[in-house]
Amino acid sequence: MLFEYILQLADNQLILAQRLSELCGHGPALEQDIAITNISLDLIGQSRLLFQYAGKLDEQHRNEDQLAFLRPEKEYRNLLLVEQPNRDFAHVVLRQYLFDEFNFLNYSGLTNSKDEELAAIATKSLMEVKYHLRFSKNWVLRLGDGTAISHRKMQDALNNLWMYAGEMFEKTAIERDLVKAGIAVDVEQLMPTWKESVMSTLKEATLNIPEGGWYQSGGKKGVHSEHLGHLLAEMQFMQRAYPNLTW
Amino acid sequence: MSTKKDWPLWEVFIASKRGLNHKHVGSLHAADAEMALENARDVYTRRKEGESIWVVESKFIFASNPEDNDAFFEPAKNKVYRHPTFYDLPDEVNKM
Amino acid sequence: MDEKELLNRFQAQIDAEIKIEPKDWMPDAYRQTLIRQMSQHAHSEIVGMLPEGNWVTRAPTLKRKAILLAKIQDEAGHGLYLYSATETLGISRQEMIDALHEGRAKYSSVFNYPTLNWADIGAIGWLVDGAAIMNQVALMRTSYGPYSRAMIRICKEESFHQRQGFDILYTLSRGSDEQKAMAQDALNRWWWPSMMMFGPHDSESTHSQQSTKWKIKRKSNDELRQDFVDNSVQQVKVLGLTLPDPDLKWNEERQHYDYGPIDWEEFWAVVKGRGPCNRERIAARKKAYDDGEWVREAALAYAKKKKAKEVLA
Repeated sequence: MLFEYILQLADNQLILAQRLSELCGHGPALEQDIAITNISLDLIGQSRLLFQYAGKLDEQHRNEDQLAFLRPEKEYRNLLLVEQPNRDFAHVVLRQYLFDEFNFLNYSGLTNSKDEELAAIATKSLMEVKYHLRFSKNWVLRLGDGTAISHRKMQDALNNLWMYAGEMFEKTAIERDLVKAGIAVDVEQLMPTWKESVMSTLKEATLNIPEGGWYQSGGKKGVHSEHLGHLLAEMQFMQRAYPNLTW
Repeated sequence: MSTKKDWPLWEVFIASKRGLNHKHVGSLHAADAEMALENARDVYTRRKEGESIWVVESKFIFASNPEDNDAFFEPAKNKVYRHPTFYDLPDEVNKM
Repeated sequence: MDEKELLNRFQAQIDAEIKIEPKDWMPDAYRQTLIRQMSQHAHSEIVGMLPEGNWVTRAPTLKRKAILLAKIQDEAGHGLYLYSATETLGISRQEMIDALHEGRAKYSSVFNYPTLNWADIGAIGWLVDGAAIMNQVALMRTSYGPYSRAMIRICKEESFHQRQGFDILYTLSRGSDEQKAMAQDALNRWWWPSMMMFGPHDSESTHSQQSTKWKIKRKSNDELRQDFVDNSVQQVKVLGLTLPDPDLKWNEERQHYDYGPIDWEEFWAVVKGRGPCNRERIAARKKAYDDGEWVREAALAYAKKKKAKEVLA
């Protein structure tokens, strides 16, 4: 049970890191290329800590790479939001910001987890995520309130991504039990704080919440968008094509 | 030919430890001070090189001119008595 | 002071190993040579991110993915250090990037070769970075202060790059037959392009003499290439792989390894744009730059708005 919960946390960091790594060498300015790669590196590091911990709890004794690379698509439990493609820098920045606000609150809560190892991982990761949040928030403001073009692109990105945000606050049955045990964070309760911060940033960035609300979810249950399959095909390629080898 | 505009250039100063001087480490481009600070953090402290960062837009640096070096720095050279090694102390005196 | 006196003083400074700094007088040809060489070096770092970036999303393990990302990110940093150092000579980054995108500036030709299997990442680290480091270590003592300081920083950071490449190949060389074949295939394709990285033979090199006199260059192309060969022959033994040159042989008299002829026709073809990936590399850089234009503009516009608000407040 704890195993599944940790995998879900790990998958979010891993899939988002993979998306960001696609940008390495293709960023909008050299300085931003470096910054985005830093975030990607942080997230890979976090996912490794989580996968390593999950591996210790795994009945099949899989190591971090077997867990990261060798599960079928429907066993990945990441949010739909983080698997969405890098359509343009507006999508990259907004996806990051919406997730960072959540990741920050979630890790903050986890620092008080009764599971000591999880609390330790959260404490370490939180420092990194604080910076990610500062970075992505500043960019939402810059691009939202920058030029007419950047504003349009950001609004467009918000219109495309907003529907996925609600999934962050859906509690699974596993989470319900772990919350009772004082191990997991109750994501439902994070929502008001998250919304307050996000609304205030979006307002300052002169962006409007699209109508229609949150209506897409499934990632946490293993039902993904079409994009994840392609991401995994690429990410898993070596491990699938040459099984059981040391690299 | 190009109407494109670069972000302004900033100079970066980093103190590697609390209590030490900020030292010039290089420069970078950024649209504003906040971004310059973040970029400096990402570019120049990837290996934990610093605990404090200053950034200043390059155009605000006013530098001495090497042509003036004689007038600027020669006079200081003549004041050897400002250095402790100028003074020969009797051997009996140690640690001063 | 007239031009001749200035020139004498300048050369005396160089001969005395005193670094030249941005505001010092310098001959125009010195400035132009530096701009050409340093911007070329910066472009090489940036374009060099692309062949390795080709494998980031497919790296076989999380650890390898993180190492590769960190390494490519370092290259972005090194490009940035070098662009900044070049800017002290009075050219903007914008002008340098325009020159690259319009084909007026060169970059290291080795990055016009494709990365076809995972072992290529090892080969690039071991051979290409190995060759680059030879050159860079020599350049730490170059006469222009900002260039020298950038190189010192770069060399310090690069020290893990070659090792991680060797480590990839070493792991493959102890792996399955498939992995060994992968590693050998990568060496076969990367050895000669790496040898060409040092540039034409000293007898053919157009810029060398003046650059040596000005101590922009500290070691000749052939000297560096020989060091590279001598090192590589020793290290490839540890890998149990073969370098694709049947003429590699220890020469007792020279106390160096002899090596076979380099295919200069191929070298010049790739330099002149007819390599396997020249067009793709520049197209990728241009696309990133063009796609980023609205982002860069928006950031400037936002900074301006914010400043105006501060003034009002």
